[in-house]
Amino acid sequence: MINAVGLQNPGVDAVIAEELPKLAQCFRKPILANVSGFYVEEYAAVCQKLDSQPQVGWLEVNISCPNVHGGGMSFGTDPAQAAAVTRAVKAVTTKPVIMKLSPNVTDIAAVAKACEEAGADGISLINTLMAMRVDLKTRRPVLANTTGGLSGPAVFPVALRMVWQVARAVSIPVVGMGGVSSAEDVIEMMLAGATAVEIGAANLVDPFICKRIIEELPAVMDRYGIHNLRDIIGGAK
Amino acid sequence: MKQSYFTVIENTPLTDAIVRMRLRGDTSAITRPGQFVNIRLEGRFLRRPISVCDVEGDVLTLIYKVVGGGTEQMRQMPVGTRLDLLTGLGNGYDLTTAGPNPLVIGGGVGVPPMYWLTKQLLAANCCKVTAVLGFNTRSEIFYVDEFRGLGAEVIVATVDGSAGVKGFVTDALAGLDYSYFYTCGPEPMLKAVYRATKGEGQLSFEKRMGCGFGACMGCSCRTITGNKRICKEGPVLRKEEIRWDD
Repeated sequence: MINAVGLQNPGVDAVIAEELPKLAQCFRKPILANVSGFYVEEYAAVCQKLDSQPQVGWLEVNISCPNVHGGGMSFGTDPAQAAAVTRAVKAVTTKPVIMKLSPNVTDIAAVAKACEEAGADGISLINTLMAMRVDLKTRRPVLANTTGGLSGPAVFPVALRMVWQVARAVSIPVVGMGGVSSAEDVIEMMLAGATAVEIGAANLVDPFICKRIIEELPAVMDRYGIHNLRDIIGGAK
Repeated sequence: MKQSYFTVIENTPLTDAIVRMRLRGDTSAITRPGQFVNIRLEGRFLRRPISVCDVEGDVLTLIYKVVGGGTEQMRQMPVGTRLDLLTGLGNGYDLTTAGPNPLVIGGGVGVPPMYWLTKQLLAANCCKVTAVLGFNTRSEIFYVDEFRGLGAEVIVATVDGSAGVKGFVTDALAGLDYSYFYTCGPEPMLKAVYRATKGEGQLSFEKRMGCGFGACMGCSCRTITGNKRICKEGPVLRKEEIRWDD
């Protein structure tokens, strides 16, 4: 799937006033709040507001956004900028901070290491891969935005490789994502070094996929002789 | 929204590109005409959203146009094929505003959802329904007899004039008296209907969708009352809330 939906959301104040109370009625465990910003102070301001929300268990900071005060380059493509966002966020919250990395870089391990050194509590990856299609009839890009982000099963091998690279480069936990759609994919991601996984695109096809994977995991673990998922993290040699 | 398996019990071509598929399964989540289902197809990642044409007990009727690989795959499906469907998607039409003589306007693959709507309007025995059905040309016409069979007065329009009124559905509206209107069709037609109709009505929009149930924001559009997701707060919008951006 290639999407150019962007980061449509009602803003942090509306999330705190309306969305979190609604979520509390049907989900009682801690949630991971994904935060974006277009300049360093914006990341910090949003995280500071979320810091006071007891429902929020983790802050996941998306650094694939363009830095409007820094020439428009994505924060996530430069280790120094990624570290600057990490430090700014860590200064305003006591909640664990997970930095979500862009795969559209030459050396993702270098960005991960910079985040770790700046105090990140975890790394998650990958965000979508920049992609494009052209309509053969109109000879125009299929997306009105020209380019979009590629996700879904097509990116799984790329995501897995990057999780493997980052997990070897840092000592903080790594959350793997990118095309995960089955219990087997979860195990493979964990073998590559993930301590947890996130699922995105597969939810759009099967809204009950997370529940299904959790239910299927024990049988798949049995099939591969796994007693405890903790034991397999980074087990791929 | 409900996820369940349906079995294909009929898959009949109505024209060169239009096919009627009947499926048996749990239709309980489908509550209003104008809603749609989202079909998972073997080997394809995203589901295909198709509007509901009719529901009779546990039989669901869909009429779809073959426009690409996914719908071609559907056309090839033999009776007995099991399909994973999400049902009860979208808001559907509100029938309570119809008044004594509503007008239903369908264009091309916008015709099917008007069928169950017309059937329900007439079953409520509240009104007299006039259906304006638009097609490109005579060979692409379908379901006119079925609408007549329901008891609607049917006016056909074809762009090339090979049957009925020559021109667009809006060319067939002149002189018609109606209490309210309901419509579904391609966006240029909706825009023309919006401008050509007097009074209030409801318009059903077609948009490419990622999920079909409100999660991905891929079909979001601006309205006078804020952003709405065509799959969730739509596909039916009231005339007074529509904002044309171009």
